[in-house]
Amino acid sequence: MATVCAVIASTHHPFYYRASTATGADRPPFADEWVSKVEKFRETLTKARPDVLVMVGSDHFHQLWLDNMPQFLIGKAPFYDANWYNEEREFGMPKMTLHGHEDLSAHLLRKGLDSGFDLAFSNELRIDHSITCPIITLRPEADLPIVPIYTNIFAPPLPQPKRFIQLGQTIREIIDSWPENLRVAVIGTGHLSLELGGPRQFGDHGPDPEFDRRAVDWISTGDFDGCLSQVTLDSLHLPGNATHGFMDFMLMMGVAGENAKADYVDTFDLFHTMEAYFTWYPEGSLS
Amino acid sequence: MSKYLLNKFLFTIDRDPDLVERYRTDPVETVRWWEAEEANRILNCILEERSTWLAFDDVERKALSEHDYVKLFELGTHPFLTLTLFIAMFERDHEPLGFQKEYALRLNHFQMPYPDIAT
Repeated sequence: MATVCAVIASTHHPFYYRASTATGADRPPFADEWVSKVEKFRETLTKARPDVLVMVGSDHFHQLWLDNMPQFLIGKAPFYDANWYNEEREFGMPKMTLHGHEDLSAHLLRKGLDSGFDLAFSNELRIDHSITCPIITLRPEADLPIVPIYTNIFAPPLPQPKRFIQLGQTIREIIDSWPENLRVAVIGTGHLSLELGGPRQFGDHGPDPEFDRRAVDWISTGDFDGCLSQVTLDSLHLPGNATHGFMDFMLMMGVAGENAKADYVDTFDLFHTMEAYFTWYPEGSLS
Repeated sequence: MSKYLLNKFLFTIDRDPDLVERYRTDPVETVRWWEAEEANRILNCILEERSTWLAFDDVERKALSEHDYVKLFELGTHPFLTLTLFIAMFERDHEPLGFQKEYALRLNHFQMPYPDIAT
């Protein structure tokens, strides 16, 4: 049977690639510390020795559009081209091509549909920085096959927060039941408090540090009840107008399991947002 | 009023480098052309099978024609779409992060809850 060798939840910051590769006067003052933190975080995936990566993210109006918007979608393709013109333009993101793992995609789709999630699918999906940012930070060799899972945290009406946790739990059960002797890492990215295109954007730190503190606590302790008691679709507007991306962290809490304490937790306070990095080892600590 | 059509304009301009420059340099003509030729195109269909009913109202057309991102925010356009396209057009005219901070300042009179972006 397959083994979930690591569960990883992270913010995805499209400026990391440019900041980490910049030199001389172009290199921002926070780049060295950021790179150091990311390299330590990367090691948590490397030592889990994954064979396949299930990647949870959210399309930012690239391929998925308002004329045909899925809530939860799984890619099933042999390859995924990646990154878009406007990401290259704004963030300097590189074009990439990743291998897909169609057997695991098919297994997740079939079992997901049979478990109460009416999942959409795509046989030709160009993925964006919500998935390529963690490839760049966690597996820059980009040498492992992936299964991309997209969630709608972007275009209301959105699914309820509890559905993200439930989908995470279901994904975990489905991978645990996959009859292949492979090591699967599940990696998902979202946001803590974040404002984009609103009056609180691009401040000196994230728009709501108190929300960020509570969120890190919920995630790192697997506190489903505490999180669900305070997070609603309406309440997520308050910490910042792009904070619904936190629901992808909730999905990853579901994958890790209720009350599952993260084996690795780190944060990094940047201008306009807080970075946060979490790793769980379901097999037990690998240290 | 059609938040969807405003978003569709921002979305289709933002993904095309030529249209980004055209909208930057000649917004009135670009909006006129787009509404006449592109507004009803269903993006995944051939042109002959376009829609028949999509049009801006005067307020929407004026906001787009004047690059008025404050008005677009008030009208409930998706803030990520607006920000991304306007960064592409105007970040170059400012010091680093200067445009983004000015953008925030110009929206500073909006209180929670912000205008609804549901389409």
